[in-house]
Amino acid sequence: MSVPAIVVQDLVVDRGGRSVLRDLSCQVPAGQVTGLLGPSGSGKTTLLRCLVGVQRVRSGHVTVAGLPAGDRALRTRVGYVTQEPSVYADLSVRDNLRYFAVLAGTAQVARSVDETLVTVGLADRGGDRVGRLSGGEHARVSLACALVGAPDVFVLDEPTVGLDPVLRRDLWRLFHELADHGATVLVSSHVMDEAARCDRLLLLREGRLVADDTPAAIREATGTADLEEAFLRLAEGQEAEL
Amino acid sequence: MSPRITLATAARVLRQLRGDRRTVALLMVVPSALMVLLRYVLDSDTQTFDQIGLQLLGIFPFVTMFLVTSVAMLRERTSGTLERLLTTRLAKLDLLVGYALAFGLTALAQVGIATAITMGWLGLHIVGGVGWAVTLAVGSALLGMALGLFVSAFATTEFQAVQFMPAVVLPQLLLCGLLVPRDHMLDVLHWASDVLPLSYVVDGMARAQTSTASGGLLGDLGVVVGCILAALGLGAVTLRRRTP
Repeated sequence: MSVPAIVVQDLVVDRGGRSVLRDLSCQVPAGQVTGLLGPSGSGKTTLLRCLVGVQRVRSGHVTVAGLPAGDRALRTRVGYVTQEPSVYADLSVRDNLRYFAVLAGTAQVARSVDETLVTVGLADRGGDRVGRLSGGEHARVSLACALVGAPDVFVLDEPTVGLDPVLRRDLWRLFHELADHGATVLVSSHVMDEAARCDRLLLLREGRLVADDTPAAIREATGTADLEEAFLRLAEGQEAEL
Repeated sequence: MSPRITLATAARVLRQLRGDRRTVALLMVVPSALMVLLRYVLDSDTQTFDQIGLQLLGIFPFVTMFLVTSVAMLRERTSGTLERLLTTRLAKLDLLVGYALAFGLTALAQVGIATAITMGWLGLHIVGGVGWAVTLAVGSALLGMALGLFVSAFATTEFQAVQFMPAVVLPQLLLCGLLVPRDHMLDVLHWASDVLPLSYVVDGMARAQTSTASGGLLGDLGVVVGCILAALGLGAVTLRRRTP
């Protein structure tokens, strides 16, 4: 395992009077694609929000590249894609990318925008208004707005939900390319069949980590080839413990 | 704060506005159309038109910019773009000044058209400088914008944001001296009108109407600018990087 790019220590987060993350500790390495998996409501989004520094936390520490999460110096280095596409629906695809490129301090805005449009497969839709795109295209614009700044840490909240299988495969390929170039890529998903595409997995359930390992090691430890089944066994194990 | 990001933000807000042609048309046409209406409602009473017309010219941009900004900012909050922006290099001041530039320019166009029509065609008579009237009207627009940014933090839906208009704007309209001169009001109401910023827009307009002296006008403008800055400051407090 390479140097951890993200380190979470004893993180506790309460939202709306209920504890969402309970004493969570984990590490995310650079140069790999790490999957954050768990059912809806398990605390995935809250954990990701902590990593980008927008979540108020009760206790614990989160560092990204050695700096406290949300630190000013991290703002050009971390690309965050929220679960709901957060881009301007009343602007064109290209105008959205251009704005986020400037925010990220990109030197050659026009070139980065063109390249990113190709990367996400929207090269012919640059002039279209985002509000007129399909749901999947809308989500890709949101992803593109993070890619255009060329950050070295990607925090992606369910970026492949609702996309067609070919596109999903292409995006996972892209995530691995980014990781191969040294980026830290953390991708959340509630779909277990995506787990197999990750180099490492963090399995989250009810605000607690039930596994933090490679898919192969998790399969081996639980004695099943199916990751969905593995998750079930780990969840049952967790319940027996409590 | 970075000039590049501030300007990019202003350009982005203007581009969003430009994409919404109907809103642009309404912003540019409605104040002028209302002035035309007022002119013919008052018909031969040109003295009243001179007086009320100029004051309304200061009030319209306040109302329209308040509405447009509170809804625009609410969308920014509910669509998740605000949270995303705050994870980037964008400083809160970049966002506030970017909005102020974009809506300030829009207000300048709106006020320019309304002034040209009111003075040129409708024959509104003004003793002081037209420049003062336009400056005050743009100040009034920025005041509406800054208050709109602030109250958007207390609305969770666009319905609520729109309902803040009567709550924040109408009391000021009643107390600003448009209907009854402020020194004829009950003491309590007079005090209230003293602390409401729109009163100083209307006072300034009344001064520009009757005199070329700039002393009192500068004072009124100073109060308006102070209130814009205070409202922007309050708006900045509502922009939180970390939320529960």
